[in-house]
Amino acid sequence: MNRLEELWLTVSVGILVIFMFIIGYQTFALGMGPPSHKETIDPQQVDQIEPFDEPGLKMLGDKQYEVVMILQAFAFTPSHIEIPIGSEVEFTMTSKDVTHGFQIPGTNINAMVMPGHIQKISHTFNEPGEYLVVCNEYCGIGHQAMSTTITVK
Amino acid sequence: MEQTIKETIRYPKKLLGVNPNDAKVSLAYLSVAFISLLIGGLLGLVQGLERAGLIELPSWLNYYQVLTAHGLLLLVVFTATFTVGYQFANLSHSFGGLLPKVRTLAWVGFYLMIIGVGMVVTMIVLNEASVLYTFYPPLAAHPIFYVGLVFVVLGIWACCLGVFINYRHWRKNHPGQVTPLLAFFAMGVFVLWFFASIGVTIEVLTLIPWSMGLVETTNVMVARTLFWWFGHTLVNIWYLVATSAWYVIVPKIIGGRHFSDKLIRLVVILLVILNIPGGFHHQIIDPAISQSIKFLHVFMSLSIAVPSLMTAFAMFAVFERTGRKLGGKGWLGWLKKLPWGDVRFLAPMMAMLAFIPGGAGGIVNTSNQLNQVIHNTMWVVGHFHITVGISVVLTFFGICYWLVPYLSKRKLTPKMNKLGVIQTIIWTVGMMLMSTSMHIVGLMGDPRRTSDTTYGGHEVAASWIPYEMVFAIAATLLLIGVIIQVYAVFHMMFLSPKGQTEFPVAEPEEHAPVAPLWTERWGLWTVLLLAVIAMAYVVPIVDMIMNAPPGSPPIRTW
Repeated sequence: MNRLEELWLTVSVGILVIFMFIIGYQTFALGMGPPSHKETIDPQQVDQIEPFDEPGLKMLGDKQYEVVMILQAFAFTPSHIEIPIGSEVEFTMTSKDVTHGFQIPGTNINAMVMPGHIQKISHTFNEPGEYLVVCNEYCGIGHQAMSTTITVK
Repeated sequence: MEQTIKETIRYPKKLLGVNPNDAKVSLAYLSVAFISLLIGGLLGLVQGLERAGLIELPSWLNYYQVLTAHGLLLLVVFTATFTVGYQFANLSHSFGGLLPKVRTLAWVGFYLMIIGVGMVVTMIVLNEASVLYTFYPPLAAHPIFYVGLVFVVLGIWACCLGVFINYRHWRKNHPGQVTPLLAFFAMGVFVLWFFASIGVTIEVLTLIPWSMGLVETTNVMVARTLFWWFGHTLVNIWYLVATSAWYVIVPKIIGGRHFSDKLIRLVVILLVILNIPGGFHHQIIDPAISQSIKFLHVFMSLSIAVPSLMTAFAMFAVFERTGRKLGGKGWLGWLKKLPWGDVRFLAPMMAMLAFIPGGAGGIVNTSNQLNQVIHNTMWVVGHFHITVGISVVLTFFGICYWLVPYLSKRKLTPKMNKLGVIQTIIWTVGMMLMSTSMHIVGLMGDPRRTSDTTYGGHEVAASWIPYEMVFAIAATLLLIGVIIQVYAVFHMMFLSPKGQTEFPVAEPEEHAPVAPLWTERWGLWTVLLLAVIAMAYVVPIVDMIMNAPPGSPPIRTW
């Protein structure tokens, strides 16, 4: 290998290593890692199992909420929720049928929601407005209609 | 430029040549490839127009059927048949003809694939398999769809077996010699293909009884993981096929020599060993995989960038060296000396240039937090339209302009070359428009794989519409590109004037050292490949099975 090539590879591998450090720091020190919740559930009994027997918005404390949400072809339950500005919201979700996606454009909320698995993701809504929520994994003929909104005011 | 073509045609290199019976195999595969490109491309335009709201599909055809067919025809059928056609020509050329039994295996593979594709396409057309290219369970297609996929895999395995037999035979008869570079690439491609397809084969074999109702439920996480074991590796198989042309063919076309033999073989070995765990970055925001496992996979995915960075260096070194030898002066004068008007160079060159932003986007996709921003948005679609759509496909197109006339004993005429240049320009402009608008609108949150993204007129969704209009314009340009390319391929196959065309294989630099024999230790590379797979997969898959939820029954939501 010639010297220039060694330099090129050293610099580029060095950049990849620095990149890894930043990602690792963000994931493990700042808690910014991707949604990776590991609880499971019987996908055919979702309606009978806590907390999904009572889906909805639950207040946990001052400006702290949990949304227990069921995804199914082609709807989110609950839908059209309203929360006060500045609230930290944890979404606890599962699917009753096929694989769905949960995405709120304009935020970093983006998670796969699969049957048999419970997925969690949190976000603090500091800006007022009507947020669009979409399913971003193909789930059937009505996939394009699977959306709802979250109003923050 | 016309002079370079004439020159190379006038003095065809007396290498071993492709045996006429082998040429038939390759031409059969290439014909299927370009027929599927035509249909797949047409379906691409239909999608572009529907998504932009410019047309409405009739009641008997829905967007997701079209999307499933577009994905499977282009990502599986086009690439697989092109790869076999091209790689078997390379093997035949390098080894002085295929062994008769290997040729038979190639034909067996051909018919198995045709039967398989026939079954798959029939089910899609009947709307019994609108499950998209990824067919994630518990979406359940008709059992015949999965059986068709098994036939396709068996076809590929027949070809793998053929390559392994011929490789062994050649090595036995040439003790102490390294295989010709193109044959070495073919080994890399088919070894990777074989091990990549094992994951999806296990998945499909579990889905067949499940879709028939013989087994009640299936483990959706395991199925998804096995799919991406194959799904992402497939991308790198195409990439390895494309790099075989970049490293070995392109230097000859520009009048240069290939880069260090040892480095090229090292790149192939690294791509084969490191590749399969890359599939996990498709599951970064999945449940049921811990953050530490995901972090390990960020590392494993990023490691694939290293051989690509080596390739970038090597290719531009070859360009500069050749350009200077041809009289290029100053910092960038060598660039002007490259044969820009020769489609056999222009197309793969555009492909390589596109891989610079394409590769950078890939690094975004593999990284935990960045992936969360763009996962399942149009960004990802933009990413694979620049990497597959330009870097791989344009290389394949460029290969056609010497391979097809070579195989059919015809000439690449200056007129055909000009058409190829125009095709390359249309394709590059179309794909860049499509891919750039997809990347931008993906960052704005536009989801992929969705027939209509108006969402009741929500203002966020409304902001995506102008970009979707650009998809439609780009898809129109691309269909024009497809039609020109398909015309060119079949013209060169059946109508171009008879004559001889060169099979351009670059030579090493003078006094370059011969590649060391240890590079041929495919047994060892396979063991290392399996070790890397074990490192990546044993812990998460065991976890997914041991801590599995009750499974999912088959569901049809279309």
